[in-house]
Amino acid sequence: MSSTTQTIVAARTFGSEQVSNLRRRHAYGRVFEALGLAAIMIGLLFLVVLLFDVIVDGLPWLRPQLFTEFPSRFAERSGMRSALQGTFWMMLITAAIAFPLGVSAAIYLEEYISRDHWYARIIEINISNLAGVPSIIYGLLGLGLFVRYMGLGRSLLAGALTMALLVLPIIIVAAREALRAVPSSQRQAAYALGATRWQVTRDHVLPSAMSGILTGVILALSRAIGETAPLITIGALTYIAFDLRSPLDIFTVMPIQIFNWISLPQREFSALAAAGIVVLMVVLLTMNSLAIIMRQRMRKQW
Amino acid sequence: MNLTQKSRRLDEVAISVFLFAAATLSILTTFGIVGVLIQETWLFFQQVSIVEFLTGTRWTPLFVSKQFGVLPLVLGTFLVAIGAMLVSVPLGLMAAIYLAEYASDRVRAILKPVLEVLAGIPTVVYGYFALTFVTPLLKSVFPETQTFNAASASIVMGVMLLPMVASISEDALAAVPRSLREAAYGLGGTKLEVSTQVVVPAALSGIVAAFVLALSRAVGETMIVAIAAGQQPKITFNPLQSIETMTAYIVQISLGDTPHGTIAYQTIFAVGSLLFVLTLIMNLISYYVTRRFREVYE
Repeated sequence: MSSTTQTIVAARTFGSEQVSNLRRRHAYGRVFEALGLAAIMIGLLFLVVLLFDVIVDGLPWLRPQLFTEFPSRFAERSGMRSALQGTFWMMLITAAIAFPLGVSAAIYLEEYISRDHWYARIIEINISNLAGVPSIIYGLLGLGLFVRYMGLGRSLLAGALTMALLVLPIIIVAAREALRAVPSSQRQAAYALGATRWQVTRDHVLPSAMSGILTGVILALSRAIGETAPLITIGALTYIAFDLRSPLDIFTVMPIQIFNWISLPQREFSALAAAGIVVLMVVLLTMNSLAIIMRQRMRKQW
Repeated sequence: MNLTQKSRRLDEVAISVFLFAAATLSILTTFGIVGVLIQETWLFFQQVSIVEFLTGTRWTPLFVSKQFGVLPLVLGTFLVAIGAMLVSVPLGLMAAIYLAEYASDRVRAILKPVLEVLAGIPTVVYGYFALTFVTPLLKSVFPETQTFNAASASIVMGVMLLPMVASISEDALAAVPRSLREAAYGLGGTKLEVSTQVVVPAALSGIVAAFVLALSRAVGETMIVAIAAGQQPKITFNPLQSIETMTAYIVQISLGDTPHGTIAYQTIFAVGSLLFVLTLIMNLISYYVTRRFREVYE
């Protein structure tokens, strides 16, 4: 019922006192609605100011050297070549580890055991707990397990393994959702033709679910690409002045390079950090757009 | 049974074993985290009494006279986290009520994804913004503001958490059955009265769970505080001062050259264990609140 009709009804039924009372209650309502919209607008305004601030600060430093040069103690000569390489290889190795493991886990939980199976329930609770663990704790895990115990040192591989464990829960959850969206009629049809469980999964369920799974993987990686804390904890360095040659090399990544530039006292480095942030945000935006496009393609299928 | 059938059956078994192992990895991760934390923390408590750690008020592990009272770090953490909650709770709840009760489908379809962008921005970017934009702004209003201070970290973190609070609360509000709203309208309630006196109370368990989850995220958040809140472990309730949080301390030690096996190396695991336990408790509370106090309709 609209507020005017409500007021008219009230006017017919009651006296003027109730009418003015009702008007006041609706006025409160409009104030409240404005406040709700304002809350969202504060968030959006913050976003706009943040992006504007970063772009204004960083634009003068968005120059070719940013991509081709190694970090230096002179801002004019500094770039994030080693950080770009580190981020690229780190994402590649992280994906190569987390994608097959995450999808396998999801397949097991969705296709091989029932959702009510006690083991599926335990893993589900465990995964939701892992999702709440602060990322810096994963860094301590990586430091204790990969850097020290497995003796990988402060290497790219140790960092990628840590990141893989960090994004694994995200990939498992996304892949499970994608698998669940495949209609069971597809499975039944394949079983009826005599296919084994793995044949059904590999040839029918997985291809149908793949775009959904890949969307989840891209979103998980776009989370990992901005993660800084766990890599600082395992000891990723900020000053790397050589090209990456092997997964066992020490390394740096974009957010760590940015963090390093922020913590230097000179103003130029702060602007350089802003330029680095612009690059990082463009990469993130590209990845997220890719995920959105894939999600829409997936919707068309069913 | 012919040979191909036999080898196919073997393949099936091998594959299901591999899939099982992959699923089990997530449980091993939890064991790995707990194992690594316990191992180093146990070594730490060989040298420092647990009572001193939990009740001491001075944290100076890098000084010559070392003191290991973790309270300054814990209170610094909660100073920032509660500040962040003061921003994200009212804004997030108002945004959720607006999106669930007032906004048309079209408006919601535009505003929600844009708001979600805030959640996808890397925390190091928020840290930069806190230090280079919010802090100077605070200084111009309160001249006594220190370069590194809890308040700017709180404000920025609060906005970062806004989409999380808003989206979980909105889910809870949207789950309240329509019949409840209709009944309240039938009794003559205005939209405001229906929203705040019927829908919000009915969704309260989900909303409280969202707040607790956000608090847990704020306590574990690292880069914003490492960049903007400072490295001075001290007990203060003045948000304009420099403090140090648990996470910022772990970053501080990790950046330095701390050899394995020293007490300073072990402190980050001790602090990490405490952080892990605190966030775990909050996550469990959030889980429990959703389960236990959910109003079940129909």
